[in-house]
Amino acid sequence: MRRIDAGPWQAWRGPIILIVSVFVVWQGLYLLAGEMAMRSPMQTFSYLGKLLAGDRIWPHIHETAKASALAVVFSVVLGLAIGLALGFRKLAGEVFEPMLVAAYSIPKLTLYPILLLSFGLGMSAKVAFGALHGIIPIALFTINAVRNIRPILIKTGRVLGYSPWEMGWRILIPAALPEIFTGIRIGFSLTLIGTLLGEMFASQRGLGNQLMKAIGLHDVDLIVAIAFLLTSVAALGSGILLAIDRRFQTRMQTQPGHSPNSF
Amino acid sequence: MTTPDAGGPSGLEPHVTLQAVTRTFAGQQSTPAVHALGPVDLTLRKGEFFAVVGPSGCGKSTLLEVLAGISQPTSGQVIFEGQPVKGRVPEGVGVVFQEDACFPWLNVTDNIALGLQALPLSETERRQRVEDALALTGLKAFAQAFPAQLSGGMRQRVCIARTLIMRPRLILLDEPFGALDQQTRLLMGEEVLRLWRQSGATIFLITHALDEAAMLADRIGVMSARPGRLIDLVETGWPRERDSRVVELPQFGQLTARLWRSLRGESLKSLDSSQATQ
Amino acid sequence: MSRLSRYRLLAIIVAVAIVEAMCRIGWIDRFTMQPPLQIAIDLWKLLVSGKHLDAIGKTMGNAAIGFVLAVSAGVVVAVAVHRRRLLRETLEPLFATYYAIPVLAFYPLLIILFGVGDAPKITIAFMLGVIAVIVNLLNGLDRVPPVLIKTARVVGMGPTQIVWRVTLPFSAPYLLTGVKFALAYSLIGIIGSEFIMSTDGMGFEISFAYNNFDNATMYPLIVLILLISISLNFALGTIEKQILQRRGLR
Repeated sequence: MRRIDAGPWQAWRGPIILIVSVFVVWQGLYLLAGEMAMRSPMQTFSYLGKLLAGDRIWPHIHETAKASALAVVFSVVLGLAIGLALGFRKLAGEVFEPMLVAAYSIPKLTLYPILLLSFGLGMSAKVAFGALHGIIPIALFTINAVRNIRPILIKTGRVLGYSPWEMGWRILIPAALPEIFTGIRIGFSLTLIGTLLGEMFASQRGLGNQLMKAIGLHDVDLIVAIAFLLTSVAALGSGILLAIDRRFQTRMQTQPGHSPNSF
Repeated sequence: MTTPDAGGPSGLEPHVTLQAVTRTFAGQQSTPAVHALGPVDLTLRKGEFFAVVGPSGCGKSTLLEVLAGISQPTSGQVIFEGQPVKGRVPEGVGVVFQEDACFPWLNVTDNIALGLQALPLSETERRQRVEDALALTGLKAFAQAFPAQLSGGMRQRVCIARTLIMRPRLILLDEPFGALDQQTRLLMGEEVLRLWRQSGATIFLITHALDEAAMLADRIGVMSARPGRLIDLVETGWPRERDSRVVELPQFGQLTARLWRSLRGESLKSLDSSQATQ
Repeated sequence: MSRLSRYRLLAIIVAVAIVEAMCRIGWIDRFTMQPPLQIAIDLWKLLVSGKHLDAIGKTMGNAAIGFVLAVSAGVVVAVAVHRRRLLRETLEPLFATYYAIPVLAFYPLLIILFGVGDAPKITIAFMLGVIAVIVNLLNGLDRVPPVLIKTARVVGMGPTQIVWRVTLPFSAPYLLTGVKFALAYSLIGIIGSEFIMSTDGMGFEISFAYNNFDNATMYPLIVLILLISISLNFALGTIEKQILQRRGLR
């Protein structure tokens, strides 16, 4: 019987072709749109390189990073708290989950003015806005993860005489973790975007703010450079989390069940 | 009793023949190719009830799909009513699958009517056939129900009705009662016998239950572990008018014993190999 | 009304009442937010006066266009890509990381390309929505049980018939999930773009009102968007529930 060796090429084939295609399309767009609207990948790299070598951009990068990190922490903590509470308390879960789902579909950007008025301009509003984006998906995924813990596992725990602590540690957490992690992965991406959006609209510092300034000044170099930087960081972070997520899936061989889809 | 050969009870003409059929599944990425079936030589006689038993993983379902024209054999060919089977399911062949094949978005009537979809019939004929099929399988009261509202056994009846409505001359059944409990299986078996007599079709049934094969079939083929080949062919000699009470006859016990004797070694092999891949 | 719906209604009423109380007492000042009752009155006045109907129409119209484009393109792409392994492997990482990308950051580039008008906004709405449709429909297409396809071939259906009569109907609930997201994203895309840079639309009106400390206009508009969004979502959810109930999935 012939064995076909998989090799690393098979696993990386897709992403590599994708990245190459992205650059090809980018270059194509540049040729189409011209200097007024676009920069080529090469130009962007060199401009970005100069930016990062200098001092001008780093305070803004720090600002954005700090705001994003805080927002992520808040969204994960609050999302988990809500999700666990509603997951384990049956009635509360049944009552509130559809409301969470409805809230998820609201254009949250429209709530931003309210947050600005409540928190004032500055870091808190951004962080709150960013966290707002991530809390709901994390909560929803956590609720489902808890609900989908197969009863047979809990019965096994009882038969083995587990204390509540052991139940939680040895059964509940490992069983629910893959799906919770998927929620965190998605919440993470959404929180980053939310924080960035917040910066774009009402902030004095940060990459989002710089982007808006660049738009106002029609500084195409800066626009494309920042857009590229943000996209790469976001894609990289998301890609790493995705790889970890896949590890969970294969290890636990979770059945695709009634969990919400990828968003 | 009989040597494994392609022939069968005398006086019946051949209906479908498998000639040196093998099926190998090509490997993908890191999995090797799998030689699942064959070579198999088999001739089914017109109107006979033929059952196949074998250990799990031996290729029974593959055999059925090749017979039906759903899969292509890697080598060899299938001849149905004198014509080679190529690429599509021939007209006159019906299949009842193991899994629930009811379309969940259609009600019972529409599910059954699916069987008529390729046939050039008038509206009145269609309606009549659907009525008949509903009556034949005892589903009249559930005509407007949706599969989700029915039990597993009833859903299988819908699939059987859908097959019968095509008036097939060859009916293939792949462990159709696998998901049902024993008592329901025995009763469904009687149903199948009744329908067989009424329709006069040739029946090819796959089952893992030896008693089911022994009770229902005129001839039984025993398959080896993978790659599946026919290692024994047993005549039951039952009269056409039979029901589940044949289990009371002494020959029944001998039959099942004979089947198990041929099958036991192969089942152990299959068990070992499935453990080896863990 | 079911027991659960009663609880939800109660929860909403209590929440609104608390906010109303906090506003009246002064824990929330007028600059930050008006009392809910006042917002409702302002909303009524706004709708009756017809002042912002143009903006509402513009936003909803653009969102609708983006939505229709996203769903149509999404279905076509999903069906086309479904069976082609190499293509899917290439696109899979894009789908998985897509929503991490700040699509709105491309809005300025689009304006430079298309000028300030409806096209850039609709493009953003489309870009946000189309991936949701593709991913969810692909999920559904993947899950079509092989036995249904085999059955279709046994009864003599050809490949096109199988797609129309088996694959797509089976995937309908999954497609519907994608459609729900496309709906939400279309609204978000249009309104977000209108916030950033626009001369019309509800996003622009809200942004304008905010900059002019005009809470009496801003809050009602926000609430209006929320109401529209929730109603549309609810409508789709009801359709979804019917489909799923018929199949015994809920």
